[in-house]
Amino acid sequence: MKTCLIVDDSSVIRKVARRILEGLEFQIVEAENGEDAIETCQRDLPDAILLDWNMPKMDGYEFLRLLRRLPGGDKPKVVFCTTENDVAHIARALHAGANEYIMKPFDRDIVEAKFQEVGLI
Amino acid sequence: MTPLDYDFLRKCLKDRSGLVLSADKEYLVESRLLPVARKAGLANLGELVSALKAAPQDALMTAVVEAMTTNESLFFRDKTPFEHFRLTIMPALLAARRASRVIRIWCAAASTGQEPYSLAMSLKEMASEIVGWRIEIVATDISNDVLEKARAGLYTQFEVQRGLPIQLLIRHFTQSGELWQIAPDIRAMVKYRQLNLLNDFSQLGTFDLVFCRNVLIYFDSETKTDVLNRLARVTAADGFLVLGAAETVVGLTERFKMTADKRGLYVPNTSAPRLATAGKPMPRLVAVGGR
Repeated sequence: MKTCLIVDDSSVIRKVARRILEGLEFQIVEAENGEDAIETCQRDLPDAILLDWNMPKMDGYEFLRLLRRLPGGDKPKVVFCTTENDVAHIARALHAGANEYIMKPFDRDIVEAKFQEVGLI
Repeated sequence: MTPLDYDFLRKCLKDRSGLVLSADKEYLVESRLLPVARKAGLANLGELVSALKAAPQDALMTAVVEAMTTNESLFFRDKTPFEHFRLTIMPALLAARRASRVIRIWCAAASTGQEPYSLAMSLKEMASEIVGWRIEIVATDISNDVLEKARAGLYTQFEVQRGLPIQLLIRHFTQSGELWQIAPDIRAMVKYRQLNLLNDFSQLGTFDLVFCRNVLIYFDSETKTDVLNRLARVTAADGFLVLGAAETVVGLTERFKMTADKRGLYVPNTSAPRLATAGKPMPRLVAVGGR
């Protein structure tokens, strides 16, 4: 079973994403900010990361930059999931090493399509 | 809606669009046609049927057919056909048409444009291989409403997120308020026109590739055979036909045959006797209306 780390400061979004991804047969780990997420990844790298942009302590962009510098940090597929829906943010995320980008609000079909797109399903 | 009203609607839809509705699809008819009835100022489907009987050629009949035949479309729907396009079809056609440098593609059930635009974006991605080529994409649908949306090339955030890789979104779309609009150069690659597949389409000319996906499933066997045989007449002998995942030619026609290991991809069966074509040979290129 593949693992997915959900990084979002909103417990509601984490809950919704968990329900969708468990339905897609992922084992879920959660973090509520970038700092916690980096600590989690230093212990054990997941197969996938669903990542919010705006979070307290460390935002998604900074987390992604640090993740990609970890040993093996290029392996997890990172899918941004954020309300930052303009082209400039999307381009910046891809440049930082994101594999895909989900604009909130999202539904199961979108998550499934994006995870398929990066070969996670 | 009485059983007689339902039978009347079923017959209208079969005659005008080929759509075959089984007896258990009453809920679908009600959910799609109640908004049409209300928009026309009618209280229910019974009144809609009466209005259709009184004026069967009216715009109301067109609205009924359009409401029942409009189906969801996605960018790069099912993925595999677009892999066939990139890895099998285009390399074969680029080799075979080296002399003329012209390739004609037909999306026969284009709906709101996601399929022809997916092909156009795929062609843009292979730009260096097709410099100096004229590649024409003709996109048709029975519904004028969906073609209007296709021409505008405006999609919601939900629509652009299903099937469209994010790199292609930022490369080929711009934000327009809450919507995303496909770039003018991609839109200019597709020529739209309204067409009912039940009617003669030989005036479109001959195509090197026909995408006819997820439309035959709504037809009965006789109509499927008729459409496939007529598609064979407008497909180049070394051309290709792509059908939907739930569709096949098997048991319907011998004019096309399956390709090994490539689901949904068919080629003309040149060993099958050619069908008689009325009149003179079809033109290779024709002028097509729309954009």
